Amino acid sequence: MAFLTDRKRASGLGAAKTGTEHFWGMTISSAALLILVPLFVFTVGPMIGQDYEAVTVYFARPIPALVALLTFVVALVHFKNGVTVLIEDYVHGLARKVWIITMTCVSYAAIAAAVFAIARLAL
Amino acid sequence: MVQLTLPKNSRITRGKVWPKPEGVKNLRVFKIYRWNPDDGKTPQVDTYFVDMDTCGPMVLDALIKIKSEIDPTLTFRRSCREGICGSCAMNVDGVNTLACIYGMDEIKGDVKIYPLPHMPVVKDLIPDLTHFYAQHASIMPWLETKTNRPAKEWLQSIEDRKKLDGLYECVMCACCSTSCPSYWWNGDRYLGPAALLHAYRWIIDSRDEATGERLDNLEDPFKLYRCHTIMNCTKTCPKGLNPAKSIASIKEMMVERRV
Repeated sequence: MAFLTDRKRASGLGAAKTGTEHFWGMTISSAALLILVPLFVFTVGPMIGQDYEAVTVYFARPIPALVALLTFVVALVHFKNGVTVLIEDYVHGLARKVWIITMTCVSYAAIAAAVFAIARLAL
Repeated sequence: MVQLTLPKNSRITRGKVWPKPEGVKNLRVFKIYRWNPDDGKTPQVDTYFVDMDTCGPMVLDALIKIKSEIDPTLTFRRSCREGICGSCAMNVDGVNTLACIYGMDEIKGDVKIYPLPHMPVVKDLIPDLTHFYAQHASIMPWLETKTNRPAKEWLQSIEDRKKLDGLYECVMCACCSTSCPSYWWNGDRYLGPAALLHAYRWIIDSRDEATGERLDNLEDPFKLYRCHTIMNCTKTCPKGLNPAKSIASIKEMMVERRV
């Protein structure tokens, strides 16, 4: 047991002077997804059930490829930031840091896979 | 990880059922959380029967009646009995509120009374608010100025004074902070709605000259940004205030000075 004053306990290590960038980043990615998700649905939707040839020809066009690419990248960045907040909320101690590192790696791996897949389709 | 179940020594058991008063027609059942740090028992819920014909209309009236006439060991805080001091904050019928201004006619069935959630309990209905008060002190709840003190007083326009309405009325009862899941899970670092409402009250005070420092001291993923706009605070505030809006306004100012 440490003999800390109540005030010292409340102040902790002080303010990290960060958090606004994260908050603003989430706001921007939310706004972007509001536009991108409907665009993604309308551009990728018609390709559902089509054969491989038709899909590769379709994604060789710039608009569907770019919409799909942007949607995946923005959604996964949004996911990374969101899941970080979720972990900060519910996990404490060392496990918090381990989970944040793990989920950040998973998010970037998913972004890389999405970029690679769309590049293969489009190019 | 977040603890979703109570530890063994905190599990609530059935307590004593106090005898019904005889010859009374208008009875009301009260189920009240009891815990005494000195008896070594786990918390219990005692059952009391109160004669409503000789009891005032508010929950606090019934608690005072129980303490005076049935069980003098029942422990709770109270002072003003009109919603000004904030002492009698407790969880009544699942809602954090002030017992003195919560009418029993608003409750259907048995009246269930517990201490404010997720706070250490001192005894019965008394939560330990030490950390809550220390967090309030940490936001510097006073006027900070750098200009030499004026001969008479710090002037404030009527419009600027109006901005403090809906903020200065907070009585620090802790109903809002203890209703907030973010405060439950991270109350050691998250300041909670009450402290942040007070912080905003000084941030937008036209006479205060420490706006930047105040924002600096709040800019933190935990102190401020643990608020996820759940709005339990606004829903439960017994004074009808809107802490969630104050927090949103602080976030807006944080963005404003960056973008």
